[in-house]
Amino acid sequence: MTAAARHEVCAVALAEAFRGDGEILASPMGILPGIAARFARATFAPDLLMSDGVASLVDAGGAVEGWLPYRTVFDTVWSGRRHVIMGAAQIDRHGNQNLACIGDPRKPKAQLLGMRGAPGNTINHTTSYWIPSHSRRVFVAKVDVVTGVGYDRAAALGPRAARFHELRRVVSDLAVLDFATDDRSMRLVSVHPGVTVAEVVEKTGFPLSFVEPVPTTRIPTADELDLLRRVIDPRGLGAKEVAS
Amino acid sequence: MSDKRITADDVVAELRSGMTLGIGGWGSRRKPMALVRAILRSPLQDLTVVAYGGPDVGLLCAAGKIRKLITGFVSLDSIPLDPCYRAARQRGDIEVVEYDEGMLQWALYAATLRLPFLPTRAGLGSDVMTLCPELRTVRSPYDDGEELVAVPALELDAAICHLNRADARGNAQFLGPDLYFDDLFLGAARRRFISVERVVATEELLAAGSVHTLRIHRGMVDGVVEAPRGAHFTECPPDYGRDEELQARYAAAAADPAAWNAFYQEYVA
Repeated sequence: MTAAARHEVCAVALAEAFRGDGEILASPMGILPGIAARFARATFAPDLLMSDGVASLVDAGGAVEGWLPYRTVFDTVWSGRRHVIMGAAQIDRHGNQNLACIGDPRKPKAQLLGMRGAPGNTINHTTSYWIPSHSRRVFVAKVDVVTGVGYDRAAALGPRAARFHELRRVVSDLAVLDFATDDRSMRLVSVHPGVTVAEVVEKTGFPLSFVEPVPTTRIPTADELDLLRRVIDPRGLGAKEVAS
Repeated sequence: MSDKRITADDVVAELRSGMTLGIGGWGSRRKPMALVRAILRSPLQDLTVVAYGGPDVGLLCAAGKIRKLITGFVSLDSIPLDPCYRAARQRGDIEVVEYDEGMLQWALYAATLRLPFLPTRAGLGSDVMTLCPELRTVRSPYDDGEELVAVPALELDAAICHLNRADARGNAQFLGPDLYFDDLFLGAARRRFISVERVVATEELLAAGSVHTLRIHRGMVDGVVEAPRGAHFTECPPDYGRDEELQARYAAAAADPAAWNAFYQEYVA
């Protein structure tokens, strides 16, 4: 079997975000997060619930197991029984995310998706992020609009209002990051095989915490690669989201 | 029993410039496009539009009909961003109130229930609160004392939605996978209009779907427009899927005046 490609390392790193989540709704936004959630369900997180992207809950075998119209999605968000992986046009060192627009939101240079569900997601349940192109354009000192709430904003709300806020991990095409620092700022957890710490630091627009030596992101096992290639992503769609 | 069947132009005749208009559906899904086209052909202007936006919002922006938009997003689904809406935003043509998607549901639900507001955590800590300075928070009167966003009721002057079937009295049926928030758009509105793929006899409604599909009853509807393919080019399952070819043409035409003219003549005029 050929060695793990970068997108396969990313898929398993994203899947690891769901470890231990139990019987909650996994909502992956994007192709590789979707592969990751299905991989997690097929291995170490078998109880995850997943939508077909329309209005049904579909089990690992493809059987419809429930009705999930948007109204029920919102109820699930506010109940907290959900873990979303979102993207970000911008993200800062506290994990504030911007999906809405670039520039002044009253007259943006580039209108993007808007608020969508990001404010409600981040204040109500666990959130992770997938950044397919790690650069200073995305990892910025200050986001233009806060759609998803970061740790500094959550802390300012006080412990009661922010008690359901959790940013679990950020996976990029270069590295795994999290917020397990004293001040809840972003930390470099591991670099993907073939990536240097210097490259990640250089492509991040704010100071990153890390402790040397920074480990290498775990490489999928032969069994995991076989599952990814044969069952989870036989058409190789995950490769399209990551420049190799 | 009153027969509520009217035409799309009758609906437009009930609307006024400056009104707050709710549009049902979601993104590029089951949008009342036949009614939107009738508005596009009318002299109506300065509308405040409330929607989970799709090409309805894009087309109304392109025609200069919208003064203010209240929304959670504008997307064409298979094409993530609507180019007409983007252009209007980037020119600063319209005022936009951007809520979290769930906050918009709450605003319509509060209006439906005649409550001044409904509380939620959604929005706290985000720039929804800073960009919408009119939003207030409310403190729980119970021992927890938690501070929550008080989403204000969003009353609509009128709402338009597209459903699959209805009878002549306005008992309407959704046959697709999701009602979205059509019941709340109608509930929040003073004047309530629906278009449908087909008007059928009341006795025939249950032939197409179970009683659970009859979420819109005649007490929620003032006028029914029979408009076959009335959601086209957005999807209206199971009657038809999205016309991806036409939607792609719409999106591409936005950047090219000649192509836009051709598209507009064919689709709207």
